[in-house]
Amino acid sequence: MITLTHYLLVSAGLFCIGLYVILSKQNAIQILIGIELMLNAAILNLVAFGRFDKLNNSGQTFALFAIVLAAAASAVALAIVLNVYRRYRTIDPDKVNQLKD
Amino acid sequence: MSLVSIMFYLMAAIALGSALYVAASKNLVRSVFMFFITLFALAGLYVLSLADFVAVTQVVVYVGGILVLILFAFMLSGRESLSGLQQQTNRLISINKLPALLLAVLFFIVLVNVFLKANVDALGWIQQAIAQQNVITPTDVTINNLGINLMTNYLLPFEAISILLLMALAGAAHLSRKEETAS
Repeated sequence: MITLTHYLLVSAGLFCIGLYVILSKQNAIQILIGIELMLNAAILNLVAFGRFDKLNNSGQTFALFAIVLAAAASAVALAIVLNVYRRYRTIDPDKVNQLKD
Repeated sequence: MSLVSIMFYLMAAIALGSALYVAASKNLVRSVFMFFITLFALAGLYVLSLADFVAVTQVVVYVGGILVLILFAFMLSGRESLSGLQQQTNRLISINKLPALLLAVLFFIVLVNVFLKANVDALGWIQQAIAQQNVITPTDVTINNLGINLMTNYLLPFEAISILLLMALAGAAHLSRKEETAS
C-alpha cells in the first residue's frame, strides 16, 4: 500500500536535489532547471494530498495553477537570460556583477 | 506487493535517479534531456495518485513548452559559454561544491525527520475524508468535477492566474525583442 508518507519522501528528495543544483551550478539555465525541480516537488505534494478531496478537487486545481505559474516564470526567466547573454556574453551568475552598463 | 506499489517504486526510482544525473552530469545538453525523463516519471507519479488531468497537463506544458524553451535558450546563448563551462566542471567533487552538498543533505535529513514524525496518514481531515468516502478511487472520473470546480469555486484564482499569464507573456515578449537603437 502506497501511503502519503511515500509521496512526501519522494518529493523531499526531489526538493533537495533541486536545492543542490541551484547552489552548485554556474550556469543560469541549469539554475532554472533546479528551480523547476523544486516546483515539481511541491506539485507532487499538492497532487498527493488532493486525492483526499474528491468533492472540491482543491489539490489538483492548485497543482494546475502551479504548473501554469512555473511556465510563466520560466518564460520570463529565459528572456532575462537571453538579455544578460547579449549584454555580458556570459550566463554565469557569478560574473554578472554590474547593474550599470 | 501489488502492481501499483511496484509501479510507484519504479517511477520514484526513475525520477530520483534522473534528477541525480541532472545534478551530477558534466554535459549540459545531456542533463537537459535527463530532466525531460524526470518530468515524464513525475507525470507517472501523478497518474498513480489518481490525478490524470494534472499528469496530462504536466506532459503538455512542461515537456512541450518549458523544455523546448530551455533548449532554445541553450542554443541562443552561444557555444563559447558552453565549452567554457565544460572545462570548468572537469573536477566533479571540488571544494566549492561542498557547502551546497552539505546544505542539501542536511535539509533532506530535516525534511525526512519532519515527515516521519508528522505521521500525515493519521491527520484529522484525512481520516475524516476516508470515513466520509471523500477519497478518489481508481474507477472515478474526476475531469468533469474538476472542470465544474474550476469555473465555480476557483473562478477568482483562475482569473488571477490568467491575468498573470498575460502579463508574463507581454513581459517576456518585451524583454526579448531586438533593440533597434542600442542604449
